[in-house]
Amino acid sequence: MTTQEWKFTAKEIAEKPDQFLSGHRACAGCVPATVLKLVMKATRGPTIVTEATGCMEVVSSIYPYTSWSVPWIHTAFETAAANAAGIDAALKALKRKGQLKEHVDIIAFAGDGGTYDIGFQALSGAVERGHDFLFVLYDNEGYMNTGIQRSGGTPIGAATTTSPAGKVVPGKLQHKKPITDIMVAHGIEYVATASPYYWKDLLTKVRKGLEVEGPAFLHVLAPCPRGWRSEPADSIYYSKLAVETCVFPLWEAINGQYQLSTPSKLIALAPQKKKPVTEYLNGQGRYRHLFKPQGKAILDEIQRWTDDRWAKLLKKCVEEQKT
Amino acid sequence: MSREKSWKEISPAGVCSKPSTAFLTGDWKTFTPVRDLEKCTTCLLCVIYCPDGAIRFRSEAGKIEFDYRFCKGCGICAKECPTKAITMKLEKGE
Amino acid sequence: MAGKIKQLRMGLNGDEAVAYAVKQSDVDVVAAYPITPQTIIVEKFSEYVADGEVNTEFVCTESEHSAITACIAASATGARTFTASASAGLALMHEMLFVASGCRVPIVMAIANRALSAPLNIHGDHSDSMAQRDSGWIQIFVENSQEAYDSVIQAFRIAENTNVLLPVIVGLDGFTLSHTLENVDTLPDESVKQFVGRRQFTTVTTHEGKTVPFKLDPANPMTIGPIALPNYYFEFKRQQEEAMKNALEVIQKVHDEYAKLSSRSYGNGLIEEYFLEDAEVAVVCLGSTAGTLKTVVDGLRQEGIKVGLLRLRVFRPFPAEAIRNALKNAKMVVVMDKCMSFGGNGGAVFHEVRSAMYDVNSRPLIVNYIYGLGGRDTPPKEFRKILEDMHRMLHAGRVDKLVHYIGLRE
Repeated sequence: MTTQEWKFTAKEIAEKPDQFLSGHRACAGCVPATVLKLVMKATRGPTIVTEATGCMEVVSSIYPYTSWSVPWIHTAFETAAANAAGIDAALKALKRKGQLKEHVDIIAFAGDGGTYDIGFQALSGAVERGHDFLFVLYDNEGYMNTGIQRSGGTPIGAATTTSPAGKVVPGKLQHKKPITDIMVAHGIEYVATASPYYWKDLLTKVRKGLEVEGPAFLHVLAPCPRGWRSEPADSIYYSKLAVETCVFPLWEAINGQYQLSTPSKLIALAPQKKKPVTEYLNGQGRYRHLFKPQGKAILDEIQRWTDDRWAKLLKKCVEEQKT
Repeated sequence: MSREKSWKEISPAGVCSKPSTAFLTGDWKTFTPVRDLEKCTTCLLCVIYCPDGAIRFRSEAGKIEFDYRFCKGCGICAKECPTKAITMKLEKGE
Repeated sequence: MAGKIKQLRMGLNGDEAVAYAVKQSDVDVVAAYPITPQTIIVEKFSEYVADGEVNTEFVCTESEHSAITACIAASATGARTFTASASAGLALMHEMLFVASGCRVPIVMAIANRALSAPLNIHGDHSDSMAQRDSGWIQIFVENSQEAYDSVIQAFRIAENTNVLLPVIVGLDGFTLSHTLENVDTLPDESVKQFVGRRQFTTVTTHEGKTVPFKLDPANPMTIGPIALPNYYFEFKRQQEEAMKNALEVIQKVHDEYAKLSSRSYGNGLIEEYFLEDAEVAVVCLGSTAGTLKTVVDGLRQEGIKVGLLRLRVFRPFPAEAIRNALKNAKMVVVMDKCMSFGGNGGAVFHEVRSAMYDVNSRPLIVNYIYGLGGRDTPPKEFRKILEDMHRMLHAGRVDKLVHYIGLRE
């Protein structure tokens, strides 16, 4: 992979015409929409986009309207990666037969449902086969499109409509699946996490993913005010707090070598800056029940788990530095 | 609104015939962002974070413009503005 | 030009004949997953790829679901695409079959027809294809390996015709055809390449207001496969029905054109009539069973019994008019179904044929025989018995039971 760093300036990004257009029907304060808009600002040339069924697919393609100024296809919920595989195969064949000259990038968008759960098999298969595409997971931590149900990406303790906080059960009982590590374990060249608050880091990672010849995976945390029961205005703010509390650290794994990205590296260098998870959880209605006395055990577990994963991540990064 | 078309008139496979920029979402909002030009440093963060592409940078004029036709009034711009140049005001009826 | 092209006679089983036809048809992308009894198609095609005999991008996916999905996306990107499956594999594709027809992508798929679980059974019947009856795919059933070869080549032309733009299934009976060696006459590579030509594209009007070829192309961006609310969904489904109607004519035209090239034809391309003109009893079937039934008809004819056969080559679109014409003189019609429609009072083919015949003034008596499920062999003597029974019932002037099972232990 090239070591070039792209200088995405605010001016450059603001001037570049949107490829994810205004007039989409996402809720007010929808950060997945910001994520898609920003990802599309980092394209480097002709690009075909495919999308799994989900919030962003639905809000951007209500016939006869489309919010996509690039070629775009949707087929089903679990198929983002298989679509990308088909597009990749077609482009390769058409190129070989001389019917296509230029290089075309492929971006596949899917939410957490279309990535962690129903779309995982297709993703794992497409990545194993080495298709040339960037898979962008916009993770709003639940099936928000269908009314806030739990997914493999929903964190422990979060209340959803299929993991409600009841008298006996305090929301979701299981931790979030470590999807990004699982993708690193596939042995692909580029895997990273990103948060839209750190937009320059996000754009740089999109571009790095596109530069890779082969599959690349980008996991973007995308707060959802409807599903998180939070204020629409706070959506970007939560994407910052998630990083500052190490609930969602920013890192990349290049050829399996983990390294922290700047916002998380600053916390690693000055651990006193690491904020308690409660700062992130408090204010999100999906965790409201945890702030009652009986929720303490879960709150403690979230802090313990966050610390544990952060420590393990640091260890991976340190080990890589040694080698 | 234009007339909805018959099956003989539309393209196959749901190929969309209009950009969503023809679908205005500005009437969804309750609160409207209002900018204090004195405080604005044109840092462009509001342009970058707006989920609706409703804040645009006119590079030729070096100016930021709010496009209220699309703004849903979420308030992200006001929240993230480093100089607190944007405030959310209860929209008055047109 | 008939008969002028020198054809090469090859010993091929049905699967190999399909793979050879695909090899010759200038296919851009093959995405597939192996399943018995289709596996030989995928294996054979892999050999062509490994030996550099094709210029095709071959994607061996992790499931049939991804195989058909990759074909949809590849086809939408402008590639000629092929896949193959059977039984559980086709069932796993079910969701995406509707997406394929709805996205109007002209994929060609060979199905080595096989029973569905449970109990697990790898042998031939038509349960897999019939379960996809309403998925919006054209369905052709072939009688032998020769026809499998010929039909796959024709299928690309049918699917890609801009008045059709629908995916096509070519069904061949599992094991009976897929694994049985036959002499197959094959056209020269160049003749097939010329016959199929390069893929044609219809034009669409995009959100940019441009009228451009229908494919994903950065030069002409378009949105394919959006969400359509109740105000438009119905219109898109009506378009598909029109495409199916158009297909009836296109299938025949392509068949006729191919017949000139190859000197081989299959009835009128939709149905094949065998001694129907004066038949009092007509039997209707799909696929390789027709071979057995022709022998049975020959035998009975020699004895002076007026029986005939209608082989339904195309099940979707259903050639109701052609069937009405062919059966209008029959007094009794026996419909063979190699599939159950549980609780449906007969099999799928029976329902369709009976419905088509409702409008005929001299409406014949129609009965249904379910046979051969899970690969159970139905020998000529059993068919012969049916036809003899029918002949007897005909003279009684009524049928006492609508749905019968043959070859089943009671």
